[in-house]
Formats: sequence, structure tokens, C-alpha cells
Amino acid sequence: MKESKHTFDVVAAKNRCRKFRKRILDISQTVTALHIAPAFSCLEVVDTIYFGLMRRNLGKDSDDTFILSKGHGSLAQYVVLEELGVLKTEELDKYCKPGGHLATHPDYGLPGIEASTGSLGHGLGLAVGMALADKVQKKDRAIYVVMSDGELQEGSIWEAMMLAPTLGITRLVGVVDLNDFQSLGQTSKIHPNFYPVLDKVRAFGWEAIEVDGHDASAIYKAVMSGSGRKPFMLIARTTKGKGVTYMENVPIWHYRSPSPIEYQQAIKELESSAA
Amino acid sequence: MRNTFANAFYEIAKRDPRLFLVVADISPVASAAAFQKEYPERFVNVGVAEQVMVGVAAGLALRGCIPFAYTIATFTIYRPFEQVRVDCCYQNLPVRLVGIGGGVTYSTLGGTHHTQEDIAIMSAVPNMSIIAPCDPAETIAATHACIQVPGPVYLRLGKAGEPDLTSQAPEPFQFGKIRFIKKGRDACIISYGPITKMGVDLAQKFEEATGRSMAVVSAHTLKPLDREGIGSILSSYPLVVILEEHSCVGGLGAQVKQIAWDVRASCKLKAFSLQDKFIHFYGSQRELWAAHGLDEDLILSELENS
Repeated sequence: MKESKHTFDVVAAKNRCRKFRKRILDISQTVTALHIAPAFSCLEVVDTIYFGLMRRNLGKDSDDTFILSKGHGSLAQYVVLEELGVLKTEELDKYCKPGGHLATHPDYGLPGIEASTGSLGHGLGLAVGMALADKVQKKDRAIYVVMSDGELQEGSIWEAMMLAPTLGITRLVGVVDLNDFQSLGQTSKIHPNFYPVLDKVRAFGWEAIEVDGHDASAIYKAVMSGSGRKPFMLIARTTKGKGVTYMENVPIWHYRSPSPIEYQQAIKELESSAA
Repeated sequence: MRNTFANAFYEIAKRDPRLFLVVADISPVASAAAFQKEYPERFVNVGVAEQVMVGVAAGLALRGCIPFAYTIATFTIYRPFEQVRVDCCYQNLPVRLVGIGGGVTYSTLGGTHHTQEDIAIMSAVPNMSIIAPCDPAETIAATHACIQVPGPVYLRLGKAGEPDLTSQAPEPFQFGKIRFIKKGRDACIISYGPITKMGVDLAQKFEEATGRSMAVVSAHTLKPLDREGIGSILSSYPLVVILEEHSCVGGLGAQVKQIAWDVRASCKLKAFSLQDKFIHFYGSQRELWAAHGLDEDLILSELENS
């Protein structure tokens, strides 16, 4: 990918992601339930895209685009947008509350939100349309789309996957948050033939690389290594609930708020990881 | 209508680079071929993949383009319904969803290719507008009107060979307004789409048989429906007739009955629609209408006694 930045400070990224996890935990104490583990699993991916890969502040019609197709991971995007000053803290404090505008799934038209998502399987098709418009209008903009692995069970994703290379789309970067969990269990058990994902994506005419999805440096380097001749898909191996041991790979944390004691325990673990 | 739409689209798209034609392996031929040849980058055939047809159209609209997504009506809005609802309507984007062969136009292709309930379904989704022109001239006007509508539009078209009904119309086409295409004093028939031709013929036969005059109205914009215009007809004609190629559930007939209650109408109101049943009968489009009671002679005899 052609990008303006050439380096990415992974230490700063690590510190930011720790801070983001704590912020999400703080928000969890103000609502009865939230998608905490799906946000934790894609946090390094979202952070690397916004702080390392995306070109921003060039103007509304020139900035790169980010779409969180796995809309239920919205908190990962909200905390990043808050850090960037795109979303106001007062707004995020009203998450899921009367008078607020931010809720479980991103809503098009809110600051920094470029598509309404939450129903799975929509983001990639929208992104292909946006990329096509950019290509025809000769605008050099990249579009980043973060999807979940369960989401790839939607046929619409594969319609878009088939179409993007056909249309000669090159400025499109998809990321699959491969955390191996969906609502009713492990993706690898529900659909064993889903794997290996990498081969399937490549067979559809994409460039694709698989990396540790919590390794910011690996994410950054993989995307930067793209030739720019095809659409690019990053298969990011992740851990659902990453960063808080008792949440990791435990399905219940897909949609639940920690109790005050669990909250303290999680904060303590995150703080000790900073040492 | 298909060719007329293609020609109108081509004329507008030549001047307006925001227009795209996104099709799912079905093309409106005529000038669409010229458009494809001259502007290949703005003609997209996604293949037999209607979800991404609508998704891509919405993505284009998110970038300020005006995409027309085009295929057979069932596949334009039923197959990718959630992309229509979420990508186009929820985000309120200027996507134009063109459905060719609305109603039972494809009479012998069977129920898989019929749209008997499309007006009801599209009417129920917020932000959606619906236009169903009655003849080629209205198709041109509707295609132009589409461009100005800020949100999504469902453009329900027939197929080909529809006769002219509006060249002598006393009123012009205006988006969101009903339109008299023939004046009359004693009764008024309101219709939309190609079946309006039957309405025009009925009006003539009704006048010959009864000596009473009958107006004909094209309610081309089904959403937003011109409630005021319809209310005024209900208040000023002793007999109002609805004729539509659509299920009795949630179509124009059902909506006019609601308006009639609201305006406390005292006129006689007769609604002729398709039944709430799939059609397992084959023949011409007119023969399918007749199978559901939309038969000119049958309706005439009922109106003569009204």
C-alpha cells in the first residue's frame, strides 16, 4: 500500500491499547451489558489502522476511510475516535443512554462513522462501491474494512470478495478478526471447512497475509507489504477478550459487563501489564 | 418502458458524471449498450449477485454518486432486502432501485418472477420513495424526477410496448403528486403502472355505457403518497375506483381506504387489486390479471351498477 507514514511506534501503540481497554472497562460499569470481548479482539487492528496506516486530516473528500463491518466491536472504534478528538468524551460518556448518539452499533452520520453497520456482511460491499467511486473519480484514497470471522459466513461477503478484483479495485484493505468465536461457539467447530481462510481469500483474487492480530508491528508491516495491484486482506489471528485473562476465549464475555469486583480485577491486570 | 428508461438514463448520464448503472446480469438494452460502450467505468455488471449490487450502489452513493441498480423487480428488492433497508434506507442514500417487470409482467415465468407485494413492502420502509409510471412518457419523467430525490427510490417499471396514455394529459408529471390524465365529473379511477391502460379503457366504456363521465388519475408516486390530492378526489367524486396490479394487502387500494376514513369520505369506493395469493396460472399478463378478478368486463359490470 502507498502510505504517507513510514514508521509506526509500537510502544506507543501498546500504551494506547492498554488505555483503550481500561476506557472500555470504565464504560462497561455504566451499562448493563456491552460487547467487550469483540472490541478487545480487534483493538490492535483498529489502533494500527488509525494511527499507523490511515491518512487523515486531508479533507473530507480525501481522507482514507474506515468501516467497522463487525459493528458490534464499536467500542474499539469509539475509544480510538475519542483519542483522536473526533468523538467528544461527553458523547462517549452517554454511550447507550438517552440523549446520547453512540450505541452498540456504529451509525452513519456520527463523527468518524462512515457507514451504519451491525448487521453482518454489509461493510465489504459498501467498501467496494466506495472504492469504485474513488477509482472512477481518480481519487487516491484507501478504504479499511474490519470484519469478524463469523461474519464471513454471510454470502454477501463472498459476493463482494468476488467482485472487488474483477473491478480492478486496489485501494481496499480488509481485515478478518479471526478470533475463532461466534455467538454459539467456536467458529472452527461450527464450520470446520471455513479454514484455512487465507487460501479461500487468495483463490478469490486477493492478496492476503495472516499475522498475529495483536502484534501491531506485524499488522503494520503486512499491510505495508501489499503490492497495491490487488485488493488486500489481512487475516488477523486474535484472541477474543484479549488483555483480560478471565475474559479470553470465554463466550459469555461476548456481551456482558463485568461486576465491580471483576472490573477491579481486570484493571489490575492491565495496570500490571504496563510494568 | 425498459428501453425508454435506458434512453432517459443515458441522456442524463451523458451530462451528469455522478450517474452509475449497476446491474446484476440483466441489462435494460437500448441505450444502456451505448452507455456501457462510452462510459465503461460507470457501467458495472456485478454478475448474479444482487446483495452486492445494492451494497455497491450504496457505497457509490456514500461517495456522492447517483447509482441506478437495475434488474428484474423481484431481484432488485426482495433478494437483497436487507441491503435495501439498511444500506440504502437506513443510511438514507440516493440509490435508485430499478425493478423491471413489476407486478405480473413476466406472466409465464411464474411466481418466482412476480412482484405482487412490492409496493406494500417498500412503502413500509422509512425514507424510501416509490414511483411506478404508467407509460413511456411517465417513465422518462420519473427517471428525471429520481435524480432530484435526496433519499432512495424504488422505480417500478413494466417491460416493453406499453402504449402512450399521457400525451394528452391535462396535468404534467410532478413527483409526489397525483395527476389527472383524463378529466371527468361523475366518477374517478385511480391507478398506477401499466394497468392504468385498463383504467383508461374502462373509463371510455363506462362513459359509453352509462352516459356518466369518468376521470382517470395516475398515482405514479406511491410514496410519498399524495394524501391531499387523493383526499380531494374522495371528497369531490361520488364514485372512486382504485385499479392496481398489486396485492390487496398494503397497496394503493388499502392506503386510499385509510385516507377515506381520515377525510370522512362519503363516496362509493371500489378497489380492484390482485388477490393475496400466489399465481399458479399461466398465460398473458392480462390473463393473469383476469385470473385474480382484474377483468375489464367484470369490473365494468360492477361499476355500471354502482
